[in-house]
Amino acid sequence: MVSYLLKRLIATIPVMLVVAVFIFLLLRLTPGDPAAMIAGDYATEAQIAEIRENLGLDQSLASQFVIWIGNILQGDLGESYFFKKDVTELIAARIEPTLSLSIITIIFTVAIAVPMGVISAYKQGTWVDRVVMGFSVVGFSIPVFVIGFGLIYVFSLELGWFPVQGYQRLADGILPWLHHLILPALALSVIFVAFIARMTRTSVLEVLGEDYIRTARAKGQTENKVLVRHALRNAAVPIVTVIGFAFAILIGGVVVTESVFNIPGLGLLTVDAVLNRDFPTIQAVVLLFSFIYVLINLVIDLSYTILDPRIRY
Amino acid sequence: MFKTKRRGLVAGAVTAMAIALSSLSTSAIAESVLRVVPHSGLKILDPIWTTAYISRNHGYMIYDTLFSLDTSGNVQPQMVDSVTRSDDGKTVTISLRDGLKWHDGAMVTAEDTVASINRWASKDAMGQKMMTFVDSLEAADDKTMVFKLNTPTGLIELALAKPSSNVPFMMPARIAATPSSEQISEYIGSGPFMMNMDEWEPGVKVVYEKFDDYVPRSEPTDGLAGAKVAKVDRVIWTPNRDIQQAINALNAGEIDLIESVPPDLLPLIEEAGEAYTGRHSPSGLQYTFRFNVLHPPFDNPKIRQALLYAFNQEDFLEATMGNPDYYEVCKAMFVCGLPFETDAHMDGLLESNFAKAKELLAEAGYDGTPVVLMHSTNLPVLTNLAPVAKELMEAIGMTVDMQSMDWSTLVARRAKKDAPADGGWNAFATAWDAGDLFNPLAMAFLNSSCDNALFGWPCDEEIEKLRDDFARAGSFDEQKAIVEAIQARWVEYPTHIHLGQFFTPAAIRNNVQGYLMGGVPVFWNVEKN
Repeated sequence: MVSYLLKRLIATIPVMLVVAVFIFLLLRLTPGDPAAMIAGDYATEAQIAEIRENLGLDQSLASQFVIWIGNILQGDLGESYFFKKDVTELIAARIEPTLSLSIITIIFTVAIAVPMGVISAYKQGTWVDRVVMGFSVVGFSIPVFVIGFGLIYVFSLELGWFPVQGYQRLADGILPWLHHLILPALALSVIFVAFIARMTRTSVLEVLGEDYIRTARAKGQTENKVLVRHALRNAAVPIVTVIGFAFAILIGGVVVTESVFNIPGLGLLTVDAVLNRDFPTIQAVVLLFSFIYVLINLVIDLSYTILDPRIRY
Repeated sequence: MFKTKRRGLVAGAVTAMAIALSSLSTSAIAESVLRVVPHSGLKILDPIWTTAYISRNHGYMIYDTLFSLDTSGNVQPQMVDSVTRSDDGKTVTISLRDGLKWHDGAMVTAEDTVASINRWASKDAMGQKMMTFVDSLEAADDKTMVFKLNTPTGLIELALAKPSSNVPFMMPARIAATPSSEQISEYIGSGPFMMNMDEWEPGVKVVYEKFDDYVPRSEPTDGLAGAKVAKVDRVIWTPNRDIQQAINALNAGEIDLIESVPPDLLPLIEEAGEAYTGRHSPSGLQYTFRFNVLHPPFDNPKIRQALLYAFNQEDFLEATMGNPDYYEVCKAMFVCGLPFETDAHMDGLLESNFAKAKELLAEAGYDGTPVVLMHSTNLPVLTNLAPVAKELMEAIGMTVDMQSMDWSTLVARRAKKDAPADGGWNAFATAWDAGDLFNPLAMAFLNSSCDNALFGWPCDEEIEKLRDDFARAGSFDEQKAIVEAIQARWVEYPTHIHLGQFFTPAAIRNNVQGYLMGGVPVFWNVEKN
C-alpha cells in the first residue's frame, strides 16, 4: 500500500511537468502582451518596453521557462504582474470561496442524489422512477446560470431570504458564510444531482439483481437494510468515482457560478488573469488545478480499498 | 393529530429560518457605508505607474491635487492657496493652503509636492511638455514652490489640473522618490479618504475610510473643484462583472451605487423604483476611430479625409448606446461643453456624404487595399463600433478585413508597427474620457511626433508646432485661436476621428444623494440617509 502510494505520488511529477510546459508555451503563443495591458492606453512604446524588461518578458522563452521552473522547485510560484503580490498569497485568498462553494455543493449533491438514485432503482418502472429520471434529464439540460438567475429571482428578489451576490468569509461567522453559499451551491448542484442520481440508479439496479441481495431478503432483512447495507455498499465504487470527479470538476469549473453570484474565488481570479495575460497567476492556478485532479484521483483509488475489500494495492 | 403538530413545527421552523436569513441580508448594511460597484476591479494601486482609469479613480479617493477642473472645465486651486507670477512671467510661485496633512499625520510640505510633480512629469506626456518650460522647480519653504521658467507659459496650472490619467496626485516625498518605472509600495495620500490596506482584496474589494483630519476648501463643491467633504464613514468598492446581477443587488439594497450601467438595462432599475439613474459626467466620453498612418491605405491623408465624410456619429452612437438621453453628436475635437469646444472647420464633415467620400478616394487613387480593422469583442461598450465602421467604409467602396479579438490581444497588436499582412493593423475604435481630450496637449491621439507619437504614429510638423504654440500661449483667447488652427490642420491631416460623445449612466439608490458631476467617479460629497 505504502509503495503504491509512493509510486503514484512519484508518477505525478512527469504529469505536472507536462502540464507546466504546455501551459507555459500556450500562454506565450497566445496573442496579447501583459506589459501593454499594465501600461494602459497612454503608454508610449518606451514605457511598455520598460515594463516588459522589468517583468523579464524581454528574455528568451527558454530562459523565462528555466527561471520559472527553478522558482517553482523552490516553492516560489512567482509574483502577479498586476497585483504585485505573490501568486501563492493570491491563491490562498481566493481558494476559500471556491473550496467552500465546492464542499457545500458536494454535500447538497450527495445528500440529494444518492437517496434519489437508490429510491429510483428500488421503485424501478414506477412513477417515482419516472419523476427522478425526468428530473435527471431536465437538471442536466438547464445551464447553471439559468438555474442561478431563477433561484435569485425567487429567493433573493421576491422572498428576500438570501443575498443576491457576494461572499462572506468563514472567519466572519458560519451563518453569514452559509447564508451567502446556499443559493450558488444549490444552483451548481442541480447538474451534479442529475448526473449522480442517474449513476446511482444504474449501479444499484445492477446490484439489486445479484444473488446476495436475494439471500439477504430470504434471511428476512428489512428492505432498508438490504438497500443500504447490501445494495448501496456494493454499488458504491462507481458512485464514489463519479462523486470524486464531480468534486475535481467543481473546483476547476465554478467560473460561471462565481460570476453569476459574484463570489471572488479561483474561477474569477483565473478569468481576470487570462483577460489581463497575467502569466504567473494563470500558470500557478492551472498547476494547482492539475495537482488537485491528480490528488483526487489518488484519493478515489485509495477509497476503493475501503469500499471493496477485494481490491488491494 | 401528531402529524399535524409535526407539520406545524416544521412550518414554524422554516418561517423562523426565513426570517433569520432575511434579517441577515439587511443587518449586513451599515448606514454610514457606501457600497459601490466600480467599472472594474482595482489591481494596480499606483496611478502614476499606469493610466488605467480604475487606478486613476482610486487616486482621487486617497490623494489630493494642487489644482482641479470645475464642471465648466475651468482650472481652480485645490491644495493651493495662491499663485503669483513675476513681471517677466518667468517665475511662478505657488503657495499651499493651511491644514493639509498626510494620512500618517505628517504635514504636507512643498518638498512633498515638488517630488510628486517630478515623478508625475517623468511619466506623463503633458507633464513632460510642461517641464520643457521649467528650468528649475524648488521648495522655497515648507509651503512654497517656485517654478523658474525658460519661457513664460500658461501651461503650469493647466497641466497640474489635468483631470485624467495620469493625474498629478500629490504624495509624500519619500514615496514620490520611487522611480516612475517602479510601482510605489506605500499608499499614503492627503485626500478625503484613506485606504484600509488590511481589508484590501486585490481585484475584489477596496475599503476607504473617511480621513478625519482632511480640511476641505471653503468654496462649494463644483466638479472636481471646491470642497471635498467626506459624508460617509466608509466607501467599499466591490466590482461585479455581471451588471444584471449588480442591478439585482442594487434593487435588493445590497449595494448603493453602480458606476456605469449599459442604457439597455436601465428599465430594470426604473421599474423597481429603488434607485435613480443619470449622467455623472458633464462631458462624458468620446468614441474614437484611430488610423495607423504607417501603412496603406491610411498613409494617405486624403483617404483618411474620405472617412471624415463617410462617417456619421449618429450611427455609431445608436449602435452602442441606443438611448439619446446618453449620447450627443459632437463634432468638436476638444469635447462639447468644455472651454475649447469649437465647431470651426467642421462643416460638412461626419454627415455620411458618400459622394464626397468616394470623390476623395478616387482623387487619392485608392486601389482596393484592404483595411485591417481590429474589432474588440469582450468590452460591450466598444463591441459595436467596428461593425458600423466596416459598413460605412464598404458603403464608399473600401475593402475591409474586420478581425475580431479580445481587448488584450488588440492592445498588444496595436503596438506593432508591422504591415497589416504581417500582424500589424490599419485601424481600430476605442473610447476616451473627456478629461483626456480637453486640450491639444492632453489629447494623446493628436500627438503627431512620428515615432514618439502614440500607436498609429501620425507625423505632422504643423500639428506639433501648433501644440507647442498652445503650450506657450499666455491667455485663454490665444489658446482658443490655436485650437481652431489645430482643428483646421487636423481636417487636412486627420490623426483620428471622433465618433460621438456618450455618457455612461450611473445608478444610485434613492437614499443616496450628492453624487458629483465630476467627470470622474468620486465619492466625497455623497451622503447616505
